[in-house]
Amino acid sequence: MVPRPFVIKRFRKETDDTFTLELEPNEGRSRFAFSPGQFNMVYVYGVGEVPISISGSPSTHGLIHTTRAVGTVTKAMAKLKKGDVVGIRGPFGTTWPVKEARSHDVVVVAGGIGLPPLRGAIYEILANRKDYGKVVLLYGVRTPADILFKDELEQWRARFDMEAFITVDRAVADWRGNVGVVTTLISKAGFDPQNTIAMVVGPEVMMRFTALEFIKRGVKADSIYLSMERNMKCGIGLCGHCQFGPLFVCKDGPVFRYTQIKDLLVKWEI
Amino acid sequence: MSTLKTYRIESDTLNELIQELRKEKYVVVGPTIRGTAIVLDEITSASQLPIGKTDEQSPAQYRLNDRADQAYFGYSAGPHSWKRYLFPPVLSLFKAKQSEKGFQVSDEANAQKDVDRYALLGVRACDLSAIHIQDQVFGGGTYKDPAYLRSRNQAFIVAVNCTRAGGTCFCSSVRTGPRARVGFDLALSEVIDNEHYFLVEVGTERGEEVMSTVSRRPAGDNEVEKADRLIRAAAQLTGRSLEPDNTREILYQNTEHPRWDVVAARCLSCANCTMVCPTCFCATVEDTTDLTGTEAQRTRKWDSCFTMDFSYIHGGSVRPSSKGRYRHWLTHKLASWVDQFGTIGCVGCGRCITWCPVGIDITEEFRVIRETYLMTSRASSTKETTHGNS
Amino acid sequence: METLERILGQHPFFKDLGPEYLQLVTGCASNVRFEQDNLIFREGEEANQFYLIREGRVALQVFSPERGHITVETLGEGDILGWSWLIPPYNWHFDAKAVDLTRAIALDGKCLRRKCEEDHNLGYEILKRFAHIIEQRLESTRLQLLDLYGVRS
Repeated sequence: MVPRPFVIKRFRKETDDTFTLELEPNEGRSRFAFSPGQFNMVYVYGVGEVPISISGSPSTHGLIHTTRAVGTVTKAMAKLKKGDVVGIRGPFGTTWPVKEARSHDVVVVAGGIGLPPLRGAIYEILANRKDYGKVVLLYGVRTPADILFKDELEQWRARFDMEAFITVDRAVADWRGNVGVVTTLISKAGFDPQNTIAMVVGPEVMMRFTALEFIKRGVKADSIYLSMERNMKCGIGLCGHCQFGPLFVCKDGPVFRYTQIKDLLVKWEI
Repeated sequence: MSTLKTYRIESDTLNELIQELRKEKYVVVGPTIRGTAIVLDEITSASQLPIGKTDEQSPAQYRLNDRADQAYFGYSAGPHSWKRYLFPPVLSLFKAKQSEKGFQVSDEANAQKDVDRYALLGVRACDLSAIHIQDQVFGGGTYKDPAYLRSRNQAFIVAVNCTRAGGTCFCSSVRTGPRARVGFDLALSEVIDNEHYFLVEVGTERGEEVMSTVSRRPAGDNEVEKADRLIRAAAQLTGRSLEPDNTREILYQNTEHPRWDVVAARCLSCANCTMVCPTCFCATVEDTTDLTGTEAQRTRKWDSCFTMDFSYIHGGSVRPSSKGRYRHWLTHKLASWVDQFGTIGCVGCGRCITWCPVGIDITEEFRVIRETYLMTSRASSTKETTHGNS
Repeated sequence: METLERILGQHPFFKDLGPEYLQLVTGCASNVRFEQDNLIFREGEEANQFYLIREGRVALQVFSPERGHITVETLGEGDILGWSWLIPPYNWHFDAKAVDLTRAIALDGKCLRRKCEEDHNLGYEILKRFAHIIEQRLESTRLQLLDLYGVRS
């Protein structure tokens, strides 16, 4: 499988270390088809390839990747600009249960850089708003400076048919918003635990405790979905790197039902 | 007893077979001696096989000895396995050249260039099972490996039924040998008493075509029976054994077994086991450019779950301890493989035992944990019985 | 008073307290209201009440000369605010400020403290419930400390 060239039509710096690429195919072909929850292997010419969640909604946006510059490849990617070309292999992986969540309440919990993979799901849900019950977004970040997609958050908060709560781990003096870990927002959100689908992305510790908090509130374990991350080289289940117990995160995931993985999550070094 | 058509060829006809394969543009790969071990390499004549040699294998020990006879295949598995040819250690995946449109990619791995057509001579039953297992890995999922499938479909397989068991072998207990049952073009059984000949079972039309060019005659019933006896005897004499049932329950329920700490204290994370294992398939990719940066290349290379980088993510390794890594390898090989591919991943070749520098024995490690599982299952069923009686 | 008793009785914190003790607790309760930005209590002051937040948000804060007022946790509807009234020397450890207009039920800690000393069964029931809250807060705080969203280099 070889990377397809995609040109950066817009490069946006989101925060200090996070940026967004808006891409379109180099050869002017049709829109890139994917489902929320999936990821691409993104190739920086001559440097390497990394898995990045697809951040937009298939119907609203084109191909968007929001990522943090932490390693060799993403740091090289952070230096690209409009007009540069990256390689794309994908889309790979399992998807958010957007259809299955119809006629349920939906609680979306994002931690840190976890909001981009969920944005597509939120858009899909809002595009068919009447098919869902309550829709709640809980978003936790490190500090107020790390909040992503402020424009969208403001729009979502302004809507009457959706609740969006934001909290930070660490406040600065002029922050008047919530302070505290994102799990503390779960008890504040209005949703019917018996009829809720929860979708969670964030650092593994955060997802583990968030799932437990939902269980404590009465949400069924098979109604909670997590998006896992592991080292990936091929993205297609052939290189062995992303194994999580017997599961390949690239093809059995990255979106998993909590029941599939809850025992694996508490086994260290599994 | 085989139901396939079986011929008898004299021992020196083996070379005729090799020459016929070469005439048909196969690169014949077979066992041959390099230094002090029997490895796999291209051979051009039967005289390059390790004639009259045998091996002594035990944990962390490998030694060649002379046999009393001139057997062509009187030894067991060496450090190489056939995955070197079907799933090469280094493979160029693609090249990319900078252009005004950014860059252009040429798909090397899929390119219609000449891929060596291999005739694999001397594939033991365990290794044949390993090939079938890798067929499932590389060809059984949604995404297949085209390079593997291409070499695989072209490969001509001459299997060899073992008439002698090795010190670290355990094919019979995991039901992969010593007899090769399916998936070969030809299968040889070497018989040496007063005479020296091979029985050749024909597995495919391709095999029949090749056989039609060498001097042969149909095998007699007593000859077939003699070979069967030898193979059955080998099955009894394997150096080790491993019970392959319920591996998932045994290993998934014992992730905190104290034995893991014992083996971790010995394991050097050297990755030898994964290199010699005929089914290990983990690989990594390397992206490089030339000095001017105008041409980039991606290469696939064998990797091992024993390296610290293997599970690196977000600034750290998911499996930083050798305990975590050893447990992952063994659990994958014997248990997770079943969930992923439908069978266990171990074929009982014994290479990991022989080539581990500290002599860790997979059959022994698994036995200890299995015993705990049996004890706890017995204990819980005993509890139920007494509860029922009281 | 009767409405207060019903409200308290339905709250998870006071559930299963038993009608006798519930009446006793209600006897120490009153409705209070804090306007936006009002200080509810200040670090170092004597801690004589605790609050059950019915509406609004309260920020637990620490003041530092270089950084000003820093919020360490935000509490909201349904949360219990304050346990220092139960633990000697009965002083507040943080500031509490109403972020929004906040309505709460204030419970007279001093009075309840005396009653707990007199009746240890009541004391045990109250301490049990606070132990649970402290455990939850400690867990959340530890997760905050982990700085999970930070970058490891």
